[in-house]
Formats: sequence, structure tokens, C-alpha cells
Amino acid sequence: MADRAQPLSLTRVFAGGGALALLLLLTLGTVLAVWSKATFQQGLGPADWAAIRFTILQALVSAAISVAIGIPTARALARRRFPGRQLLVSLLGAPFILPGIVAVLGIIAVWGRTGYVSAVFGAFGGEPLNIYGYSGVVLAHVFFNLPLATRLILQGWLAIPLEHFRLAAQLGMRTGDVSRQLEWPMLRAVVPGAFLLIFLLCITSFAVALALGGGPRATTVELAIYQALRFDFDLSKAAVLAMIQFGLCTVTAIATLWIATPQSFAIGMGRPPRRWDGREHALVVQDQILLLLVALFLFTPLISIIIKGAPNLLSLPSQVWPSLVNSVLIAIASALLATTLSLALSALIIGLSRRRKRTSQFMEIIGFLSLAASPFVIGTGLFIFLNPYVDPFVWALPITMVVNAVMSLPFALRIILPEMQRTEHFYGRLGSSLGMQRWTLFRLAIWPRLKRPVGFAAGLSAALSMGDLGVIALFAPPDLATLPLTMYRLMAAYQTGAAGGVALLLVAASLALFWAFDRGGRLDHHIR
Amino acid sequence: MKNLLLATGLTILASAGLAQEKPVLTVYTYDSFVSDWGPGPAVEKAFEQTCNCDLNLVGAGDGAALLSRMQLEGARSEADIVLGLDTNLTERARATGLFAPYSIGAVSLDVPVEWTDDIFLPYDWGYFAFVYDKTRLTDAPTSFTSLIDAPKNLKIVIQDPRSSTPGLGLLLWIKTAYGDEAESIWTGLSPHILTVTKGWSEAYGMFLEGEADMVLSYTTSPAYHLIAEEDDSKAAASFDEGHYMQIEVAAKTASSDQPELADQFLSFMTSSAFQSIIPTTNWMYPAVFPLEGLPKGFETLITPTDSLIVSAKDAEKIKDEALQEWLTALSR
Repeated sequence: MADRAQPLSLTRVFAGGGALALLLLLTLGTVLAVWSKATFQQGLGPADWAAIRFTILQALVSAAISVAIGIPTARALARRRFPGRQLLVSLLGAPFILPGIVAVLGIIAVWGRTGYVSAVFGAFGGEPLNIYGYSGVVLAHVFFNLPLATRLILQGWLAIPLEHFRLAAQLGMRTGDVSRQLEWPMLRAVVPGAFLLIFLLCITSFAVALALGGGPRATTVELAIYQALRFDFDLSKAAVLAMIQFGLCTVTAIATLWIATPQSFAIGMGRPPRRWDGREHALVVQDQILLLLVALFLFTPLISIIIKGAPNLLSLPSQVWPSLVNSVLIAIASALLATTLSLALSALIIGLSRRRKRTSQFMEIIGFLSLAASPFVIGTGLFIFLNPYVDPFVWALPITMVVNAVMSLPFALRIILPEMQRTEHFYGRLGSSLGMQRWTLFRLAIWPRLKRPVGFAAGLSAALSMGDLGVIALFAPPDLATLPLTMYRLMAAYQTGAAGGVALLLVAASLALFWAFDRGGRLDHHIR
Repeated sequence: MKNLLLATGLTILASAGLAQEKPVLTVYTYDSFVSDWGPGPAVEKAFEQTCNCDLNLVGAGDGAALLSRMQLEGARSEADIVLGLDTNLTERARATGLFAPYSIGAVSLDVPVEWTDDIFLPYDWGYFAFVYDKTRLTDAPTSFTSLIDAPKNLKIVIQDPRSSTPGLGLLLWIKTAYGDEAESIWTGLSPHILTVTKGWSEAYGMFLEGEADMVLSYTTSPAYHLIAEEDDSKAAASFDEGHYMQIEVAAKTASSDQPELADQFLSFMTSSAFQSIIPTTNWMYPAVFPLEGLPKGFETLITPTDSLIVSAKDAEKIKDEALQEWLTALSR
């Protein structure tokens, strides 16, 4: 009885379908638009294939390292309580949302030839570090994505109910047994998704790979797209490369979803987890050292951004403030849109999964598509769509808002979907056996458990939107700017000092938004 | 969100209101031109004083991206003028048929090459050069060969020729100076290249951070530090091979609905009112030296022994070959 499939409500179909349509329009639709304008010029050369190989390789390595360090870091954060833990977890969002160029300058300040690390080496008579090349690309990608990996995996840890740990303690399980019985199944469910997300992020990274890549050896597909689109105006090549990126994305998505096994913890009372394992002295020290190193790795570049930016913060040019307002408005709107879209899409995916498993899995893959989308292709495609009908300049802000929302949809979906799956799985049956209305069920049982992931997802979307240069660069009239665009304009006008100030302002505003949204959901269980 | 829509609505109303009063001349240019620190605001003010029109400067991408933008919009484009292409692009731009010949009175240009183009008109120019900090690098190289022979820890930052105009300039600089030996020059330079960035801003930022000893920029860059920051520590290294030139040009579009006004703007562009704004906002040499001469500080800049440039036609031809050599040499 409880397993009998319920008919999908119309709201689910329309809301989820709408989200899906928007996603497809902006990803595949824009590629088709670019393709429609193309006159075939030339196929892919050896340089393009080299770019594809390098792109995949560096993304695999970067994602593997990020996840490999992310797992013990998340475990340390999950089983330790210390003052500042909350702050540390909140600040973990920071590197991920930095605009590429700010992060690169921050990383250079620490790891560069004249950076802090080189200075320490130099004091002992060593050579200055040279991170440029392959190692620089991977270093920067780990810097960006380790925090994301940690937070995604930490979400998984916090989702293991307290009762499981209590039972494990009563049964006298050791740390290793707990790992095997509780943590390993959770990791099987969470890690593939995190790996995929980071892999795809590294595929499309552009500014980073170039600035730290050293030269043509470190050419990514995204650069090839940029060149085809902006330099050679070879639309067909841009469309082909964009399709290759989507192909890479789809293959990886299928692989990881196939590896991932849904976790099946029973649902608990929802109290904060307390841990009885992992109290061995060696383990405590190990966790402490690990957290210290990770914090140092992530925050020294940020601190150098603060040191450089702070003196200029009070003397920022007046044009900065309207662009701050624009950025914040876009960020809030796109965060709300992104979470709404993901909730709608999650509901549809879950609704379908009972009867049409394939369709539902296919939709989940589509939910990742915008990660593999090139902002240049989206921008150009939208331009081709819109230009005959409306003035793209006038619509710059709403367009940016929608595109930013869709670009952050994969993150929001990855955060919200598993949690919704879990709660629907357990409370859905209970609710229907109690004869609850769907809405009542959602309000009483599901929403309280979704608040935390929804808050995290909204915070992440808002912050991502703040830092994104994205399509605004293609559409913005000169009197309309966002904060990252203003920063680039300052840098292009030799105003490096002011640009540093804007960078700091950008980081602060992104973090404030992230914190404000994330606070709603907090990290600790607090559901009553 | 409501405010956003409201603001958008107001923008539409405002632009509609203006359009009825005065003719609007739309100029597509690069972002740094229209920014508040570039020439844009002063140019707009000066032109609107004389034209009884509304000058609408639009930042539409840098260099090649600007041309791509025009190709994307085609004949539907709102643009009356495109300002900010350089001679490496004019041949491709001409082939699109999107631009029309200018008709303005005789001007005598102070551009170091003979100017015969009937569509594209220069408004400023400069030489590419490696800029360094005199306090950090005392013994700056004087040629590409002496840069190759310099100690291995002398590092330079350059821009990618596939995404940046100066990057493409360096490619043609070496190709013009060394012809068939260009590839071996690149092979020699390779160990000195710290990294290759996407655009000028990233590279210059890294240089100012102290990461690299020299950065590919312009001979006029030190003038910015000298005049705007009163810092005389930056200098451009003078190379024996000569320096490659960048000549920035503007043209009116074939689809313009304001052709007379567009010509009036091009004429204004070569007048003293426009040209006197260029040196200390765009940090380039003006195409027509203003009556009062160049600003104080420009006399300290190096003057190349040879001005190198390939014709617009040749640039299009040798670009691909030079790029292949660059890719091969630096991929090793």
C-alpha cells in the first residue's frame, strides 16, 4: 500500500518541467543558437585535441586531490567541537566564491616567487618556488574546490542520525568499525557527486588555468572556445567545442551516478550528533593538525587580499557603490530563483523516480549540464536569441540574474536533492499512512529538514552570483556595472590599488550574503 | 526583484525620452575606453558640446571581441561607429563589409607610418615594450637575444596571443623582426616566460606584485606611473630590433542611420579636443599631436630606433603561421 505510486501532482510537473525547460534553453539551446549562425570553417586541429586532453587530466587530478583532502577534513569537522568551528565552516565558503583574478593574485601572494612561502624558503637559503605550469593549475583548483568538497561531505556526515552513533557506542564499536558501518556507506553516496561537481568545475575554469598555467601546454577547452568565439569568430568551432564539453559532462555524470549508491540510514530524532568514537589521543592530534594546515592553506591567500585591499577601502571611487547595489540585488534574486528551481526540479525527479527511474536519472544529469556550459557560449547564444526582439543592453541585469541562477543550479540541486530524497523516503510513507495532505506533510516534516540544505544552497548561489563576471561583460552598458566588472575596469585602467579595495569589498559582500542565507539553516541539527 | 524591474523600466523610458529630443550617435568601443578612468567621459562631454546630439558610448568587448560583436549583430547593429580595432584586425574587418569609408577633410596624422586606409582612421598608437622596475632590475635586456642570454631567473609575463591584443602584437613583433628564425627565438625565450595570461590586466597585476621582472605592455606605460602616481621607478626596455607598433583605429558602420553625424565624430576624433584627452587617459600617443604638445612626462619615454609593423593584409596572412610556431616552441 505504502509503496504504491501516487500520481504526480500537476504543480510538480509544471514547476519541475519549467525549471528543466529553462535549463535546457540556456545550455543546449544557446549552443544551437550559436550553431545556427555558423558557417562551417574548419575542424578541430591538434592544438584543440591537446587542449581537450589537458583539460580532462588536470580536472581529474584536481578533483581527486580536493576530495581526498576533503574527506578527512570533513571528518575532523564532524567529530570535533572547538571554539570557532562555526566560523571556520562558514569561512570555508570564501575561496570558492572568489572571482578568478582575485584568487590568483591571492595565491601568488602566498605561493609565488615573491610570496610568503618562497620568503621562508629563501630565509633558509632555498630557491624561490615556481608554481607556474601544471602544478599551479592544480594548486589553484584545490584551493577553490577543497572547501566545496569539505562542505558537501560534511553535509553527509551531519546527516547520519545521532541514534546510529549512540548505538555504535553501545555495541562497543571502535573508530574503525564506525567508519566501516556508518561512514563508508555515507561516503559512497556523497563523494561521487562531490567529485563530479568539482571535476566539471575544473573543466570549465578559464582565468585560473591561463594565469597559473604557464603557457600553451596548459590550454583548456574553455580557452579554445573563447578564442573561436571572440577572436576568430568561428561560431561552428565554438559550438563543436561546447558540445564536447557537454559530452564530457554527460559521460562523467552517468559514471558517477552509476557508482553512487543511495544511502539508507534510518531516520532519527534529528538531534545533534554526539560522537563516542575517535577519542584516541593520536586521532585528536591528527585532526587538529589537519584542520590547522587546511585553514592555513585556505586563509593565507585571503588574508593577503585583506592586507592589500584594506588601505584602499575608504577611498574607493564613487562608481563602486551603485555596482555593489546591482551585484547584491542580482545575487539575492538569483539565489531565490536558483533554490526555487532546484526545489521544483528535485520534487519532479523524486516524483518520477518511483515509476520512471530512467527518466528521473536522466533529469538529474540534465541538472548538471549548466556546469559544463561555457559562459561565452551562453552569452553569445542569448544574444542571438534576444537581439532581434529586445535591446540586450536594457535587459542586462535581469538576464544576468537568470543566467547566474541557472549556473548555480547544479550546486543547489546537489545540496537539496539528496536531503529531499531522504526525507520523502521516510516521511512520505508515514505521511500517507496518516492521511496527511501533501502540503501539511511538506510543512511539518519535510521543510524543517530541508531548511539547512536550502539555506546552504541559497548562500552558495548568492555568493557565486556575486563573484561571477559571466554574461554581464557581454551585455552591460557602460553606466551599468556589477562589482567584478568594476574591478576589471579598474585593473584595465592601471588602478590596481582601487581594484584591490574592490576585491576586498567583493569578498566581504559575498561572505555576508553567504552567511545571511546559510544562517537560516545552520550546520548543526536543530530540528525539533 | 521589483526594484530591478522598475529600474529597467525607467531605463527604457529614459532612453526613449532622450531619443526624441536629439539624434543619438552610438559608438561601440572597449571597456577601458568607456570606464570612468578612461577617455570616455571627457570625450563624451567635449563632443556633445559641439554636436547637439547624444553620444552613446558602449563598451562591447576588447579588440577582436569588438569585431566579433559586430559580426554577430551584422547589419542590425545599433552602432554608428566602432572605435578600438587595431591594424592587425582591419583586414578581417574590411572583409565583413560592415564598415563604410569615411569622408572628412584633410588631416595630417602624426602616426609613424604612411596612412592610406579609406575606411579606418587612427586615433592613437603606441609601441609594445617590456616594462620593468628600475629598482629591481638594474641590467635590463636590450634585445630579444640579450633577453634569451640573460640569467635564467629573469622572468617575463606575456599575454596569450589567442585572447589578447598585446599578446598578438608580440607574436607579430618577433615574426617581423626575425622572420623564419622566429620559432627559435621563442624556443630561447621559453625558459624566461614565467606564465602566459589571458589579458593585459592579469599580466600587469602580476608584474606589479613583483612576480615577474618584466611584463609585455607599452612604451607609454611608465608615463602612467610617472604622471598619475609620481613614481619614476618603471621603465620600458628599449630593444635593438625595434618595437612593434599598435595603431588603434575607428570606422563608421555601413548600417549607420547617422552617417553625417558619424563623419562629424571621426573629424572630431582627429581634432585637438579629442586628441589632447588621449595621452593621460588611454596612455597612448595621440594620432595627431595636440597643439599644446604632449603632456609633461612623455619626454622621458624611450623612442624606438625602428618602428616595426606589418601591413594589415600581411598581418592576416602571417598570423596563423606565427601562432603555430608559438604553440610549437612553447609546448616543448
